[in-house]
Amino acid sequence: MGFFLEVLIGGLMTGMLYSLVALGFVLIFKASGVFNFAQGAMVLFAALAMARFSEWIPGWLGVDNLMVANILAFIIAAFLMFVVAWLIERLVLRHLVNQEGATLLMATLGIAYFIDGLGQTVFGSDIYKIDVGMPKEPVMVLQGVFEGGLLINKEDFIAALVAAMLVAALALFFQKTATGRALRAVADDHQAAQSIGIPLNRIWVIVWCVAGVVALVAGIIWGSKMGVQFSLVTVALRALPVVILGGLTSVPGAIIGGLIIGVGEKVSEVYLGPLVGGGIEIWFAYMLALVFLLFRPQGLFGEKIIDRV
Amino acid sequence: MARLIGEVILDLQNVSLSFGGVNALVDISFDVREHEVRAIIGPNGAGKSSMLNVINGVYRPQAGEIILRGEHFRQMNPYKAACAGIARTFQNIALFKGMSVLDNIMTGRNLKMKANIFQQAFWMGAAQREELEHRAKVEEIIDFLEIQHIRKTPVGRLPYGLQKRVDLARALAMEPQILLLDEPMAGMNIEEKQDMSRFILDVNDQMGTTIVLIEHDMGVVMDVSDRVVVLDYGKKIGDGSPDEVRGNPEVISAYLGASH
Amino acid sequence: MIYRENGQFKTSYAADQQIFPILQDRWAILGILVFAFVAVPLLADEYMFRAILIPFLILSLAALGVNLLVGYCGQITLGAGAFMAVGAYAAYNFFIRVDGMPLIGALLLGGFTSAAVGVVFGVPSLRVRGLYLAVATLAAQFFWDWAFLRIKWFTNYSSSGSVSVSNLSLFGFPVESPTEKYLFCLAVLVVFALLAKNMTRGAIGRQWMAIRDMDVAAEVIGIRPMYAKLSAFAVSSFFLGVAGGLWGFVHLGAWEPAAFSLDRSFQLLFMVIIGGLGSIMGSFFGAAFIVILPIFLNQMLPWLGDLVGVSISTAGVSHAEIMIFGALIVFFLIVEPHGIARLWSTAKEKLRLWPFPH
Repeated sequence: MGFFLEVLIGGLMTGMLYSLVALGFVLIFKASGVFNFAQGAMVLFAALAMARFSEWIPGWLGVDNLMVANILAFIIAAFLMFVVAWLIERLVLRHLVNQEGATLLMATLGIAYFIDGLGQTVFGSDIYKIDVGMPKEPVMVLQGVFEGGLLINKEDFIAALVAAMLVAALALFFQKTATGRALRAVADDHQAAQSIGIPLNRIWVIVWCVAGVVALVAGIIWGSKMGVQFSLVTVALRALPVVILGGLTSVPGAIIGGLIIGVGEKVSEVYLGPLVGGGIEIWFAYMLALVFLLFRPQGLFGEKIIDRV
Repeated sequence: MARLIGEVILDLQNVSLSFGGVNALVDISFDVREHEVRAIIGPNGAGKSSMLNVINGVYRPQAGEIILRGEHFRQMNPYKAACAGIARTFQNIALFKGMSVLDNIMTGRNLKMKANIFQQAFWMGAAQREELEHRAKVEEIIDFLEIQHIRKTPVGRLPYGLQKRVDLARALAMEPQILLLDEPMAGMNIEEKQDMSRFILDVNDQMGTTIVLIEHDMGVVMDVSDRVVVLDYGKKIGDGSPDEVRGNPEVISAYLGASH
Repeated sequence: MIYRENGQFKTSYAADQQIFPILQDRWAILGILVFAFVAVPLLADEYMFRAILIPFLILSLAALGVNLLVGYCGQITLGAGAFMAVGAYAAYNFFIRVDGMPLIGALLLGGFTSAAVGVVFGVPSLRVRGLYLAVATLAAQFFWDWAFLRIKWFTNYSSSGSVSVSNLSLFGFPVESPTEKYLFCLAVLVVFALLAKNMTRGAIGRQWMAIRDMDVAAEVIGIRPMYAKLSAFAVSSFFLGVAGGLWGFVHLGAWEPAAFSLDRSFQLLFMVIIGGLGSIMGSFFGAAFIVILPIFLNQMLPWLGDLVGVSISTAGVSHAEIMIFGALIVFFLIVEPHGIARLWSTAKEKLRLWPFPH
């Protein structure tokens, strides 16, 4: 029982991180109808920027304070993500308004290639560290309740907490601010939103900026867990089933979906993996999402589509 | 007119349809006789298109039944309806935009083409023969609707009036026994309306096709239809010959009142 | 010869329905075929065959398969690479496990296996569409990536995880030298392109396109969405499976699952979008573009670097290559979202009217 709970909690915490990446997808899809395959590349780019600037800054300023270096690096990386978002809107999206889904998808793949290449050209392609002072040692909790207690990874716990806070902040932003309202209006109907004077292009820039920041936070968390390297882009691929499960247009869907996938992955890997040779996490998540789709095509919280003829 | 209106071919009984609490159709019954032109009229949102969608199975009604040539159905599905000889056109033209006029009309022959995928891949035997046979039939329809000049044009490039005509051609290619027309003349100018009315009457007259028609233009409805059913807010408020309907006070207040 | 169709009257529907109704097109295609079968083997060198021509032919075949599904039937797939893998590994297993299995037999059986798998993974298309489906197809990609890596039976328990075939022959003729391989791939491609063209101009093609353009109307006409979609998945996977077999057997000779990774799926999708969705010709254009571009960049970049006095490292070249590749894709989508095939047909339209465009 204790072991199962450990697996479960581990799954929930990983799931929270998936939610964070999935949120990036959902935000952009809602506002611009673009399925952003470049999200993974953005995570990598942001993480690379963060890692390298926090490494370079002490040398440039002569300050040997990790905290200061990290904060400055964060600001610079966030600024870079804004620039990326602005450029994407200006150079790509603006010219592809009203194109079909497949074309937009391809365009974001093109962007992904570009950002991958750019990031590695500018920042290098080795494995880098992000050290934001996350505690690495695991802790025992609830020793009174279970025999042997539960082993919990503090780093995962903090990461999950940060992710949860960011998700909550974004949800508030969407529900309570004027910009958030405009975003939702654009998401519902581009033309209608435009006709009542919501500036579409600015909204897109904002959304991509937010997605950029989400990518940065995700990049920092994943980067400090696994090191900053090219394989970070696969984090986005792992978050895709989450989006499918939760519904492409639903913020709560991204969160719940993330938790379900996180738990599903861990439980399947621990209990089913050994039977079939291991390494099943990634396709298992997809299969889970797929089977789910057969019963609820629009995802958990997605809007039901009624055909009108 | 030589045509003879026959027995009831399609009978809807107590059909109700709702979408998440919104009642689109409430307890509607009406019948269609063989070879007649039956019109459905009513204000916007009265449930006319939903009615057609129930008949050919795009929507599944929650209650009631559909009796087609004596056979009882709780609900239809589009494929079953097509096999049973029901064809239709659409209010917001639903042509296959990426295909030529010819290919669009050829899809109407789909149910009659039996060649298997291997014969088609090698363009041999039945596949080749069928392509030629059905092409000949389709050319007859093209002649009938006077659209020879555009047969190789992608439908996306055609003006609205011609698209409506191609939509009709595609439905006719199925050689249906019952043809459902959803506002075939909406948005047309007077000449296009005259052409379309002529085509509809010709179809009814020459091919003996039973026609169920939704139309807003009262002049057209009164001229072409044998019987009219009137819907308002999903309820049936009138049914009968054009003259009877015109005299029905409920209908006048709900619908005709404004235009008379 | 001026590109004119004036005076070419059709007196039967059969004449009107042929693949190239315009006389000049027929001559052009004949010329291209003669050139490809006779002149190219005499002119090209080994590098040309190995690095450009054979990959181009095989990937054209694969792109054709993807185009049937995505371009004609409107079902987006990101799992094309997986079906190539299924075809390649199935062909491999038929080839080594069945005594005396001929090359062409193994390839076709690989194709059929892939078609069957394609139908299974096509089932979600009956319920979901568009981007949801695109992501759902990734399930196929990741599942088969995993299966060919972890399930040892598929790779005949080879210790390195890599499999290889040798001594290929066709009806007693060896398929070993680059020229032989080229001719073999070319012959397969021509036959399959013809099959694809026949299907897309016939009843099944119209069903696919109808489903793509307006699925509700298609059903009302009497097209069964299930049959149309699953047949598109089957045919597409069959093409991909055969292409996968060729890629493994003829092009690589020895391969690992990575040869058919997600990147391959993306690459194939790029080909059909850049080439032109819903166009047989477009598949060839797209394949040519995607095959040649990296080779071109690879040669150009160090040269350009030298020109401005910067020596670019190998890693630098590969990163810059990715960047430029991505940028070009985006550029291309913006300039001509309908692909090279559209440019081609526009050019042909212009040519028909030239020199009096009005």
